[in-house]
Amino acid sequence: MEIKLWINDKLIIDNVEPDTPMLEYLRDKGCYSIKRGCETSNCGLCTVWLEGKPILSCTLPLMRADGKHITTLEGLRKEAAEFGEFLADEGAEQCGFCNPGFIMNVLAMERDIENPSDDDIKEYLSGNLCRCTGYTGQFRAVKKYIAYKRGVKADE
Amino acid sequence: MLRCNDYIFAESLEEAYELNQKKNNVIVAGNGWLKLRKRQWGTVIDISRLCLDKITENDEEFRIGAMVCLSDIENHKELNDYTDGAVKESLRHIVGTQFRNCVTLGGSIFGRFGFSDVLSMFIVMDSYVELYKGGIVPMHEFAKMPYDDDILVSIIVKKKPLRLAYSSFRNQSTDFPVVTCAVAIGEDIITTAIGARPAKADIRTDGIDACRDLKDYAKKTAESFDYESNMRASAEYRRHIAEVLIKRTVEKIEVRYGNQIMDK
Ligand SMILES: Cc1cc2nc3c(=O)[nH]c(=O)nc-3n(C[C@H](O)[C@H](O)[C@H](O)COP(=O)(O)OP(=O)(O)OC[C@H]3O[C@@H](n4cnc5c(N)ncnc54)[C@H](O)[C@@H]3O)c2cc1C
Ligand code: FES
Ligand code: FES
Repeated sequence: MEIKLWINDKLIIDNVEPDTPMLEYLRDKGCYSIKRGCETSNCGLCTVWLEGKPILSCTLPLMRADGKHITTLEGLRKEAAEFGEFLADEGAEQCGFCNPGFIMNVLAMERDIENPSDDDIKEYLSGNLCRCTGYTGQFRAVKKYIAYKRGVKADE
Repeated sequence: MLRCNDYIFAESLEEAYELNQKKNNVIVAGNGWLKLRKRQWGTVIDISRLCLDKITENDEEFRIGAMVCLSDIENHKELNDYTDGAVKESLRHIVGTQFRNCVTLGGSIFGRFGFSDVLSMFIVMDSYVELYKGGIVPMHEFAKMPYDDDILVSIIVKKKPLRLAYSSFRNQSTDFPVVTCAVAIGEDIITTAIGARPAKADIRTDGIDACRDLKDYAKKTAESFDYESNMRASAEYRRHIAEVLIKRTVEKIEVRYGNQIMDK
């Protein structure tokens, strides 16, 4: 089937099998940040943006992206690196496998919610599982990152 | 993983319906549930280009297209004002933001899943399912209908004056619920839905006087449903949690409206 889509603003016109999963397709296009952490839509490791909205690339069929824009971590390198420093400062990662999906969702939240409360942060990110850490490092990193973006000091 | 020989964007409901009459073809919505089925389909019928992703409203009702994703419902101000935030409460625990940006109201209601928060919430309101061939059916009747090859077009929620609240209990956040509970208090009736028993949600309707003794109402109503055991909880545990949730859910309305709860 023919598909036309933009991956990180690059136009692609392609011929694909009708049941090509979005996740595998994006990895085939070199977006190796995207991971398959589960088979059941639970882990959030495969998070990408479709028209700016965070979605699970393991779940929506690739054909749903026809005529649309997909953004992956590869398209947000600068911002991802910026937030990555907050994660590193807080010792918020161990194996790092969950990181790309987590970062994609944090960056989406930063755009979506002006001043997220602690509960907003926990709720927005609840679909990003991490099997190594206890989430507290990530939570501190997110709070400090949001405060930095808003030009205020994070309360500890 | 979704496996198929062909993938078609239906150009009309009629085309989607015709294609769906073949046993080997299937409608795809958010693909959250469908992709877990281990089956090779003939044609997957995509209904995402039929303008079914809108929520409209007039003085009498909300009309929510089948392809509206759960997060759009969760964030819909007017629907949440009407339900006192109960709709948001019923959806916000489902997996995560990204998931709720994918999966749809149509897929959730058509699926009539036993664990469904969505069905538990909508069944307690004055709500209806619009089917392409089957017409408009009350939600509580639709929940009991056998699966067929019709197309769910929209969900209609009548703006009947109701006081609504929702509660669910999960062993762990983002997991399937162990029990769900929605309560609607109308002019002189109280309706309670209990779902995830783990059977699909069902309702009990009584005169408003029934809940004057709330402890007794919660016990009797919880006991009127059947429960089963599975890996998440035993039947007896579920019955007990249902009783607690009914009490707490009615109390949420009481806290909001004080004594006026009975004086609508
Ligand atoms: C891991 C996981 C966890 C979940 N947790 C919860 C939870 O805690 N609470 C909860 O309430 N729900 C939960 N769900 C269910 C979820 O919220 C959706 O209800 C489910 O994914 C179906 O919606 P969908 O849009 O993905 O539909 P799909 O998976 O695309 O379709 C589901 C079924 O409905 C049919 N269908 C879809 N739309 C139509 C239509 N318009 N007309 C006719 N047939 C149609 C499809 O053919 C298919 O058979 C969970 C699902 C998963 C996968
Ligand atoms: S791979 Fe786990 S949610 Fe997509
Ligand atoms: S750091 Fe290992 S899964 Fe999150």
